[in-house]
Amino acid sequence: MMRSNFLSNLLKGDLRAKIFIYLLIFAGVIVPLLNLYTPEDNFLHLTDYHVALFGKYLTYGLLALSLDLIWGYCGILSLGHGAFFALGGYCMGMHLMREIGVRGVYGDPILPDFMVFLNWSELPLAWYGFDHLGYALFMVIFVPAFLAFVFGWFAFKSRVTGVYFSIITQAMTFALMLAFFQNDLGFGGNNGLTDFKDIMGFSLQDTTTKIFLFCSSVVALGLGFIVSNKFIKSHAGIVTTAVRDQEDRVRFLGYRVEYYKLSAFVVSAALAGVAGALYVPQVGIINPGEFAPLKSIEVVVWVALGGRGTLYGAIIGGILVNLAKSFFTVNFPEIWLFFLGGLFVLVTIFLPRGVIGLFADLIKYFKSKKLKTNE
Amino acid sequence: MNNSQFNTRRSILYVDGVTVDFDGFKALNGLSFIAVPNTIQAIVGPNGAGKTTFMDVVTGRTRPTQGRVIFKESIDLSRYDETAIVGLGIARKFQRPSIFPEHDVLKNLELAVFKRKDILNSFFFRKKNLNNKLLGDVANKIGLGSVINEKAGSLSHGQKQWLEIGMLLAQECEVLMLDEPVAGMTDEETKKTSSLLRDISKERTLIVIEHDIDFVDSLKCPVTVLNEGSVLAVGSMKELKKNKSVIDVYLGR
Repeated sequence: MMRSNFLSNLLKGDLRAKIFIYLLIFAGVIVPLLNLYTPEDNFLHLTDYHVALFGKYLTYGLLALSLDLIWGYCGILSLGHGAFFALGGYCMGMHLMREIGVRGVYGDPILPDFMVFLNWSELPLAWYGFDHLGYALFMVIFVPAFLAFVFGWFAFKSRVTGVYFSIITQAMTFALMLAFFQNDLGFGGNNGLTDFKDIMGFSLQDTTTKIFLFCSSVVALGLGFIVSNKFIKSHAGIVTTAVRDQEDRVRFLGYRVEYYKLSAFVVSAALAGVAGALYVPQVGIINPGEFAPLKSIEVVVWVALGGRGTLYGAIIGGILVNLAKSFFTVNFPEIWLFFLGGLFVLVTIFLPRGVIGLFADLIKYFKSKKLKTNE
Repeated sequence: MNNSQFNTRRSILYVDGVTVDFDGFKALNGLSFIAVPNTIQAIVGPNGAGKTTFMDVVTGRTRPTQGRVIFKESIDLSRYDETAIVGLGIARKFQRPSIFPEHDVLKNLELAVFKRKDILNSFFFRKKNLNNKLLGDVANKIGLGSVINEKAGSLSHGQKQWLEIGMLLAQECEVLMLDEPVAGMTDEETKKTSSLLRDISKERTLIVIEHDIDFVDSLKCPVTVLNEGSVLAVGSMKELKKNKSVIDVYLGR
C-alpha cells in the first residue's frame, strides 16, 4: 500500500508510466523465482545464463532511456552515447580487476595480469582508489558526467547543434576507442578488462550474485525511469521540451538554453555510465569495442524502434531489439543482420512513432470502434 | 535624421551609427534610431533593407561592427548576450509564430511569465509562485482567455501570433520588438492586432517591423523607412507617402 501510494505520488496520473513500473517490478520478482524455484527440466525454468542475459537487456534499456532523455526531449541526437556507457563499464571493470588480487595468473596482489604481462612495475595513477567499491561507483557516475560536461560545455556554448553535434559525438567515441586500444593507456588495450572473479566478495559465477546483479539492474532502471520522468514533468523538463521545439523562442524568453541542454546531457551521460557499470559484471568483459561508433548508432535505432520521446518506449525498444538479436543470432546466424536491418527499415517507414506508437494507435482504434458500436 | 521631435523626452533605445559588416556586405550602414518610452515605432523598407538585422543587433544576436546600442540612456547593449538583454527588458517576437505547439496555451504563457529562469529554480518550480493574475490578464488581453487549456499547436495562425505577443507581455519587458506581427493574418485579425498594439503602447515601447502599409498606417505612429542598411526617411505615414525618395525605393512600386 505504502509503495503504491509512493508511486502514485511520483508518477501523478501517468498511467503508462505506472504500468511500466509494475511490469518492471514483476520482472524483478518473476525472473529470480523462475530461476530458483522451478525444476531444471521445466520449460519455464530460467538458467543462470538467462538471468545474466536479461540483466544485460535491462542495462541496454537503461542506456536507451538515457539517450531518449536527450534525443526525445531535448532534440540532441548523440551518436556517441556508447562512450559514456563504456566509460561507466571501464570504471566498474577496474574495480573488478583490483578485486581479483592474488588470484590472477601472475598472482600479483596489486597489479592486474595485463600490467604484469607488459612488465609494468607500478600501478598507474588512474587506477588508484579503484580497490574501493564506493570510489569505483562514484567514478562510474563522475567520469561519464564529467566528459559530458566538458564536451557539452564547448559544444552548446558555441551553439553546435543538429547534425554537426551528432558528428562530433561520433568523433568523440571513435577517438576514445582508438585511445583505449593502446596498451600504453593502461586499460588493457584491445583485450580490455576480463577474468573477473568477485564482486563485494561474492563470486560472479554464483546464482545469488547473478540474481543480485539482475535485481540491481531492475532497481537502477526503475530509478532511472522515475528520475527521468520526474525531470521531464518538472518545469525544467517543460523548458527542455520547449528547447527541442523552438530553441530561439526559449532563448528570447530569457532562458539560458545552453545550460538546460548541458544539464540534460550530463544527467543522460551519468545514466549511461550506470548502465555500463551494471553491464560489465553481468557480461564479464569490457573492451574498446564498446566505444565503436556502430554501437552508439545501434542505441539510436533501439530508441527509434521503441518510440522516441516516451521514455518507456525507448526502454522497451532497447530490450526488444536485443531479445530479437539474441534470438536471430542463435537461430539464423548467417542472416540475422538482414533480419535486423529489415526490421529497422520497416519500422522507420511504417511505424514512425515506434512500437509504442503502434500500440497507442491500436488502442485508439479499438476505442473508437467500441464507441461506434455503442451508438 | 530629424531628432528634434524627441528632444523633450528621454530615449529608451538609442541606436547610434551602427554598421554591421558581413564579410564586405554592409547589412546595416551607419544606422541611427531613437525610441522614446511608451510609443510605437514602425520600421518599413524593401527586402534586404536591414530590418531583421536591425532587430538582431538590438536583441544581441548580431554584434555591430561599428556603433553602439544604448538602452535607457546608460546601458551599452553590446556588452550583453541575448538572454541578458531579455533580462534587461527587451523582448522579441519572431517573424514566423514561434510558440510551443506541444504545450497548452497556459503553459506557453507560464514559460514566459516565470521570473527566475535558471535550471535549479525551474526544477524546483512551484505553481504558487506564478503570477496568476498577470497570466489571466494577458490571456484576456490577447483574446485567448477561452482557449487557455487548448494545445497551442491547434490554434489558428492569427491566434498563434497573438499567443506569441502574449508571451512577450507576460515577460513584462519595457521594449517589445515585433517582426511582422500581422503576417498571414486576415483583415479582421489585422484590425484586432492594431488595436491590441496601440493598447499595449500605453505602458510599453513597441518597435514594429511590417510590410503591410495599411496596418502601419492604422498604428498612427512615427515610421522609419530603411533602405540598404540606413535610414531613408522618418515621419508619419502621411508625410512618407508624399516623400519622393520613399516612393521611389519602396511605396511607389
